[in-house]
Amino acid sequence: MPQIAQLTADNWYLASQLFWLLVVFAGIYVVIGRGMLPKIEATVDARDRKVADDLAAAKAAHAAADALEERYRQQGEASRGAAQKAVTEAKDKAAKDAEKRLAKVDAELAAKLAAAEADVAAARSSAMAEIEAVAAEAAGDLVAKLSGVKIAAADARAAVKAVLK
Amino acid sequence: MAAESGKIDPMHQFEVTPLGGGFNLGGQEILFTNSALWMVVAAIALGLFMWGGMRRQLVPGRWQVAVEGFTGFISSMMMANIGSEGRKYTPYVFSLFMFILFCNLLGMLPLGVLGLHPFTVTSHIAITGVLALISFAIVLVVGFWRHGLHFFSLFVPHGTPLPMIPIIAPIEFVSFMVRPFSLGLRLFVAMTAGHVLLKVLSGFVINGFNAETLWLGSIVSVLSFTLMIGISALELLVAGIQAYVFALLTSLYINDAVNLH
Repeated sequence: MPQIAQLTADNWYLASQLFWLLVVFAGIYVVIGRGMLPKIEATVDARDRKVADDLAAAKAAHAAADALEERYRQQGEASRGAAQKAVTEAKDKAAKDAEKRLAKVDAELAAKLAAAEADVAAARSSAMAEIEAVAAEAAGDLVAKLSGVKIAAADARAAVKAVLK
Repeated sequence: MAAESGKIDPMHQFEVTPLGGGFNLGGQEILFTNSALWMVVAAIALGLFMWGGMRRQLVPGRWQVAVEGFTGFISSMMMANIGSEGRKYTPYVFSLFMFILFCNLLGMLPLGVLGLHPFTVTSHIAITGVLALISFAIVLVVGFWRHGLHFFSLFVPHGTPLPMIPIIAPIEFVSFMVRPFSLGLRLFVAMTAGHVLLKVLSGFVINGFNAETLWLGSIVSVLSFTLMIGISALELLVAGIQAYVFALLTSLYINDAVNLH
């Protein structure tokens, strides 16, 4: 095993290995470990911080958007409620107007009907009176022709009235 | 490798050979070796990989995601095991993890096809042991720095009955002191074993086709080659897992030092 044999056989072996190991490893430690590594870690840290900040900003924006949406929803609900109220009021008003107009028309119609009925009753009573007069005359004439007795017009009229009743 | 005898030496790949460029440091001869070369290659590859992820875009490209995946993996592991104080140790554990991972993976490159010899730096106990000792030293320094002598309470787990302390404390002490060895040995053994296995199997493939009874040798070769494909995939997994285990255990040990029990 040369790794161990050379330790004793070659007097330059250990010194050379140690010297070059220390030189190379010290170089790596100083240049790479102390020089490059912190810069790379700083880059990684900066990126991590940036990602964390961006995530936080995105979260805040999300919350703001949620709040905005909530407000929008509330506003929408409020305006829908107002619109519904306005519609209900308009409907009520329209119904009341219609009722009022209907009542007025009803009253007019009732008045017309009453007037017409009164007309009809007047016409009927005048017709009845004419019929009585004609019947009384006719009755007087008939009595005069049949028995030659002249009866007073007033008596005939009373008799006709009694018969017609 | 050792072709003159017709045998293939599976251990030859672990041999460190000087590539020149030697100098003297405090009486010790320092040579630039193939091991050093592959460490440098790993460092450059790692540097290029990291550099590709440095564009620092808010929306990352594929490469940046890959790099940030690795950094995030280690920093979340530190966060989970140590807590917010773990960030301080992330550069060390990250360097450790990436260096081991790149060394492990580069050692797996099939560059032998091109005539090059990839070398697995982490298959040497001298390397893994030193890395483990560095981790252990950090644990000791942080532990005594933060807690002073109170750090020794690490050897008395919370809720130990008083009469048990003389027995528990030495056991805990030994298990604590064994940590750097187990840490270094685990990686070294895993890398060595995997590469030896692959080399032995590739020896079967070559020797099978060279066998006198070619039909039998061919069967052996084809079977070995099929097995090699599977084991190579397994070794890629092991390369990642061992780097992860090393980094994970280091983070757990640092947690002991930072938070005691």
